[in-house]
Amino acid sequence: MTLDIRLPIGLLFGLLGALLVVQGCLGGPSPVRDAARPGAGAGFNVDLVWGSVMLVFAGGMLLFARRQAIRRRQGPG
Amino acid sequence: MTTMHLGAVDWAIMSVYFGFVLGIGIVLKRSIKTSGDFFLSGRAMPAWVAGLAFMSANLGAQEVIGMAASGAKYGMATSHFYWVGAVPAMVFLAVYMMPFYYGSHARSVPEYLRLRFDEKTRGFNAISFSVMTVMSSGISMYAMGLLLHMLLGWNFSLSMWMCALIVLAYVCLGGLTSAIYNEVLQFFLIVFGFLPLVLLGLHDVGGWSGLQAGLARVAASQGFAPGAWSESWRFMDSTSHNPMGVEWFGMVMGLGFVLSFGYWCTDFLIVQRAMAAESMSAARRAPLIAALPKMLFPFLVIVPGMIAIALTHEAGSGFSLPAKPDGTPNFDLVIPVMLGRYFPNGLLGLGLTALIASFMSGMAGNVTAFNTVWTNDIYQPYIRPTASDAHYLWMGRLATVAGVVLSLGAGYLVAQFNNIMDVLQLVFAFINAPLFATFLLGMFWTRANGHGAFTGLVTGTLAAGLHHGMTLPAHASTGVKGGWLAVLHVYPSEMAQNFWTAIFAWSACFLVTIVVSLTTGRGAARRDLSGLVYSQTPRVAGDADPWYLRPGALGLLALSAVVALNILFW
Repeated sequence: MTLDIRLPIGLLFGLLGALLVVQGCLGGPSPVRDAARPGAGAGFNVDLVWGSVMLVFAGGMLLFARRQAIRRRQGPG
Repeated sequence: MTTMHLGAVDWAIMSVYFGFVLGIGIVLKRSIKTSGDFFLSGRAMPAWVAGLAFMSANLGAQEVIGMAASGAKYGMATSHFYWVGAVPAMVFLAVYMMPFYYGSHARSVPEYLRLRFDEKTRGFNAISFSVMTVMSSGISMYAMGLLLHMLLGWNFSLSMWMCALIVLAYVCLGGLTSAIYNEVLQFFLIVFGFLPLVLLGLHDVGGWSGLQAGLARVAASQGFAPGAWSESWRFMDSTSHNPMGVEWFGMVMGLGFVLSFGYWCTDFLIVQRAMAAESMSAARRAPLIAALPKMLFPFLVIVPGMIAIALTHEAGSGFSLPAKPDGTPNFDLVIPVMLGRYFPNGLLGLGLTALIASFMSGMAGNVTAFNTVWTNDIYQPYIRPTASDAHYLWMGRLATVAGVVLSLGAGYLVAQFNNIMDVLQLVFAFINAPLFATFLLGMFWTRANGHGAFTGLVTGTLAAGLHHGMTLPAHASTGVKGGWLAVLHVYPSEMAQNFWTAIFAWSACFLVTIVVSLTTGRGAARRDLSGLVYSQTPRVAGDADPWYLRPGALGLLALSAVVALNILFW
């Protein structure tokens, strides 16, 4: 049986999301990149926020994969 | 420009990605048992997977970088490449052409041509496509090596070789399935890697209205009306009213019809992904599924370019693009510069990985198309017609190695002779444009025969060459840009010349195919063409699909959405 693609997607983005979240926790809010242009810095912790979004996405993918595997195991009847 | 500084997290992100890419290949090796598994994923891909791969195969890094550059140069009109230049063709492919590609059981586009026409037509297409696809792969590698060298200071050769080896490994191991899975991964990477760029950039310029105001400044500084960068149709009435230098007719016929249909409907790189689907209805839905993200991608790749150009014209933004040797801004660097401006370490690694991923999967796409066409359409018919399936599977893997090596060679060649890229873009247009005429006639007119098809293709390609040799874009010198025979007409822009070359090529092929088919071999028309021509194929009985999942309904939905977007950004 070929690998269900939802698994590597979920795993990959789970790992990447986790890396971003860790970096976000360690790093603090995005630095202001340009002293002359305060607006350019996001002012909030971009890594933490985006990392969390990716974790949610990864979770969703893994959930789908699990549901599909259960459905397949239950099989026809 | 100063090289970017990567932190440990960025390296970690890249390593995780490369690990996954190889891991997928290793896991999939077990399921590759026949040549059908290797070349066409055993025709077992679910529609959504085939659909996303379909879109990603087209979405190379050059498109991401190129579209951002065009967004800076031309503004919202760049969306025409998506809304006029892709979605209609994708819908046409799904609704009208997939039944023939999938139903004929052809394993490739050239094989369809053999079934429908004859051997010489197949041969012409197989050979020209193989050469084109390897060169395309080489260009991809060269562009990637160059970018990584400029951004990160990596050794040009080393980056090319490393990526080539990774692609070689995962394609040899897992075949098309490996390539498809990685393309789907690439799709999500691009979304997650670039969406924050758009959001942060828009926040920086003051939202969409702030962007429009900034773009009005840009337009004014270049002598255009204020909306020229933010409206896509209003200024298409004349070539001098928009920065692209085209008018709506040339654009719709050249890009919207000939070039876009020529590419999306006949390029095996793309069509192969739909052919790998698990059923006829999945194969028809795949391009339609791809159409949805395709029509939303302008917001992901074009808008950063628009933001960048608005920022360069904003006093006090501190934003500027590095200049090329001739002093003009280097628009190809828009994405890297924007990444550097807005992304902290972490997101930066994600964005870069997304870019590298798209270069790699662009190459993998070319290599999978090449190994299939080589093995099924050149090796099997002309070199070794009777061998076991295991032998062809082995040849497929060998062809993968050869394809990668040839791509590397092509990459070095392009590095030596930079103008080759311009030449190759032309060659692609020369080949793809007439091909669409051939397919159109082949699928809808039973009288079209092999002699007509072959002569038409050759004539169309020559016509493209002639047109290019006799015209020149404004401000260009004769040579690679055109006019190498004589300069009979000057176009306001390179794009306009491109569109009209395609129109001439298509028309020449269309007319010649008709004339030659009508004047040769009545006998060919009596062949059994069921499943190959519209009038002789039973209408696909609707499967068990509910009405809203039928290709026709989804196609209509996609077209309506695209029309709505066009009106919104008129």
